[in-house]
Amino acid sequence: MRVNLTVNGRPRTADDVWPGESLLYVLRERLGLPGAKNACEQGECGSCTIRLDGDLVCACLVAAGSAEGAEVTTVEGLAEEDARLAPVQRAFIDAGAVQCGFCTPGLLMATDELLARDPHPADADIREALSGNLCRCTGYESILGAVRLAAERAAADRAAAEGGA
Amino acid sequence: MGITPAPDALRQDTAAPGGVGASAERPDAVGKVTGAFAYSSDLWHEDMLWGHTLRSPHPHARITGLDVSAALAVPGVHAVLTHEDLPAATHYGLEFTDQPVLARDIVRHEGEPVALVAADHPETARRAADRIRVSWQELPAVLDEASATARDAPVLHPGRTDHHAAHVPHPNIVHRQPVVRGDVARAAAGADVIVSGAYEVGMQDQAFLGPESGLAVPAEDGGIDLHIATQWLHVDHRQLAPVLGLPPERVRLTLAGVGGAFGAREDLSMQAHACLLALRTGRPVKMVYNRYESFFGHVHRHPARLTYEHGATRDGKLTHVKARIVLDGGAYASSSPAVVGNAASLGLGPYEVPHSDVEAIALYTNNPPCGAMRGFGAVQACFAYEAQMDKLAAALGMDPVELRQRNTMSQGSTMPTGQVVDAPAPVAELLRLVRARPLPPARQWETPDGTDVRALPGGLSNTTHGEGVVRGVGYAVGIKNVGFSEGFDDYSTARVRLEVTGGEPVATVHTAMAEVGQGGVTVHAQIARTELGVTRVALLPADTRVGSAGSTSASRQTYMTGGAVKNTCEAVRAEVLRLGRERGLLDTRAERLAGGKVVGRDGEVLAALADILGGEAIDLELEFRHRPTQPFDRVTGQGAGHVQYSFCAHRAVVEVDTELGLVKVVELAAAQDVGKAVNPQAVVGQIHGGAVQGLGLAVLEEIVVGDDGRVRNPSFTDYLIPTVLDTPDMPVDVLELADEHAPYGLRGVGEAPTLSATPAIVAAIRRATGRALHRVPVRPEHLTAPDGSRAG
Repeated sequence: MRVNLTVNGRPRTADDVWPGESLLYVLRERLGLPGAKNACEQGECGSCTIRLDGDLVCACLVAAGSAEGAEVTTVEGLAEEDARLAPVQRAFIDAGAVQCGFCTPGLLMATDELLARDPHPADADIREALSGNLCRCTGYESILGAVRLAAERAAADRAAAEGGA
Repeated sequence: MGITPAPDALRQDTAAPGGVGASAERPDAVGKVTGAFAYSSDLWHEDMLWGHTLRSPHPHARITGLDVSAALAVPGVHAVLTHEDLPAATHYGLEFTDQPVLARDIVRHEGEPVALVAADHPETARRAADRIRVSWQELPAVLDEASATARDAPVLHPGRTDHHAAHVPHPNIVHRQPVVRGDVARAAAGADVIVSGAYEVGMQDQAFLGPESGLAVPAEDGGIDLHIATQWLHVDHRQLAPVLGLPPERVRLTLAGVGGAFGAREDLSMQAHACLLALRTGRPVKMVYNRYESFFGHVHRHPARLTYEHGATRDGKLTHVKARIVLDGGAYASSSPAVVGNAASLGLGPYEVPHSDVEAIALYTNNPPCGAMRGFGAVQACFAYEAQMDKLAAALGMDPVELRQRNTMSQGSTMPTGQVVDAPAPVAELLRLVRARPLPPARQWETPDGTDVRALPGGLSNTTHGEGVVRGVGYAVGIKNVGFSEGFDDYSTARVRLEVTGGEPVATVHTAMAEVGQGGVTVHAQIARTELGVTRVALLPADTRVGSAGSTSASRQTYMTGGAVKNTCEAVRAEVLRLGRERGLLDTRAERLAGGKVVGRDGEVLAALADILGGEAIDLELEFRHRPTQPFDRVTGQGAGHVQYSFCAHRAVVEVDTELGLVKVVELAAAQDVGKAVNPQAVVGQIHGGAVQGLGLAVLEEIVVGDDGRVRNPSFTDYLIPTVLDTPDMPVDVLELADEHAPYGLRGVGEAPTLSATPAIVAAIRRATGRALHRVPVRPEHLTAPDGSRAG
């Protein structure tokens, strides 16, 4: 079958999709977007976290056909058009939150969603928001640090913008 | 077009600042946060097929029939391979060549590979594999020491010819290593207090996130190019070439992006299978395990049963220790012999023990194969000896930290193997540091807004608001070896090229080191900047065109391949100075390179690199070795078997809901000596990550194998690794006491924290609950059973 969807702002079409394929498979193997990862393919690890019509979902649990006409954002869509890193991406690097990096795309998507709805999350809120994303390398301390850093920088930017306005 | 992304895209050019000692940025960081970094499961080729493996459903069975015709008839299937189709060598293995590439007549564990399918879609390959007809005759399985070593036990590997076959007491024992020192019987007679205990460690999984995967591409010369996630390219290569029946030079491996390893990528998984399918079909073949298959596709941490006897004088000095450690190696040897050597030689912990008698063995059974996992034999022992130290302290009426500090080893101490510790060993100081930290506030779940259940055992399940919750504090310290031991010729290779391009000096570093997330690539760039005074460093993709880097394991890569990069850079620098003198541009004041210049002792500029080199490049490839080690004597275990030791101490603070048996680890403080923090941020990241894997073993993680030899929980739904809600705050103290034998004085970091976290947490749970707890992981039923034994 054919699946049409908008990915990171661009209309995309996948042909010859077998009806059993997940959205994750279509993104990775048919649309050349391997940023969403395949660590468990059963909705437990969060490494394939994307936005589907704005909502955070595990792409491995979404049948590709059910995403017909949907708006999808993947980690490849986080950076700016001119390839400048998004603040959450820069914060993950600066805080040392990237080791093997396999969990990173999913965690970035979850962090991006968290900070959009709660710009000042307490540590317990960060832990709760990211509890669906497994990381095996970092012990999560540097990931917490990255989220705090991204929130602090965003607050500083807002303050600067207000001060300058 | 060919492979996407092209292997050249793996080249990492970095001009980020930072030499040795700086928290320099990872050269792969931007790729990893944008999704551009290509892991082994991301590789793609427009002409590729998908490989799939048919595995045994039985732990021990004879194959009496195998019919692949129905699978071959499935449209889209390009090849089906069985043992009959193997072109050359039929077995492989890290230490013994005992593991079949595909089972011939016998399977020895659930999940053993039996047949391979290549098809144009992964689902087609899976469905075709389902149509392969295998006739099985189930055989009696051996699953523990008693059944494996019984007089009439089925011998799993008859006719062994490996290098341990002649000295083991039973053919189902892979290897046995005693370590005997002094006179334990006499010492025991003089002890004022003796405590003994039996302990058990469950089977832990490495649970790396990036699944086993790779892409094998047949080459025009009849050879194969394999793009693979592994821990050691050259040991894969050594095992692959004979299996493929190809001359070594026609088997070429390139490291693809690796999504974690932790020991689980030391053995081959799909490497040979993908290559065989690619050579048969003439098409590139991609294989990617799903998580279920991954649990069967790699070795695990050895489950262990350990019995200990510790004796001490009334003032708390150890008189002797007796220990017996039984490791279940499962169906194939993997690295079991080396795990036995570690368990035996490190089995008494970082303590001075004047008289000791240790025996460690690994079994062949029909359980899943076990091998390397972070901590490698030292983890199991540390859980037991630290439980014993607490038990001894209780028997003596002493503080457990004080008892430890009266017995800790230090520089100059003698190990039970007779080896003298010839580098700093600040064990007592590490314990002091974790104890000196302030404790987290009591009732830390109480906030101005009321009770935050997320800070309580049970978390968002909202099972308590503090009722029935008790706190405990526990301590532990461990000892791990760094580098390969027991006389192994452990070396690494680095090629370094220095040239001036566009007026700017550039160092190019080429090694075969497997970057698995630990940050070795960052360290190589830092070392090149420090040694060659450059800003720009290009890191070439790791592959088998350069000499071996050894394994990314045993906490060894910063020491070994970092050491190799340093060593080669020094040779390149010497060559620059020699050329400069030869060309009359330098005199004897020239010492080092900085900012693209040759400078003297006080930094005075003597010449520009561009003037000395012109358009020439200096390009050297050199090997680097650590000091040689000795094998352990087969009878006494005596020998200078290890090159370096690594120490970490933990203090755990836990809160336990005693009614439901739920545990919340509130804080896990660490102190570790790293010799030299080459990259402080990465060092702390290793300590955090290692500790949380120890936390998982303490309270969550176990592959449950039934008494039928079958795995009960091969999924992330049922095998639980810690989430961010399960992990506590983890303050860290880093000591930097240089080991003068090691590059920059550094000490391997990655494994020691995994040892001490587990026993510290369990000690804290014991303190909170009064229960004896002789097994990890601790489960709720261990904390709630009415007959649960109480600590004496």
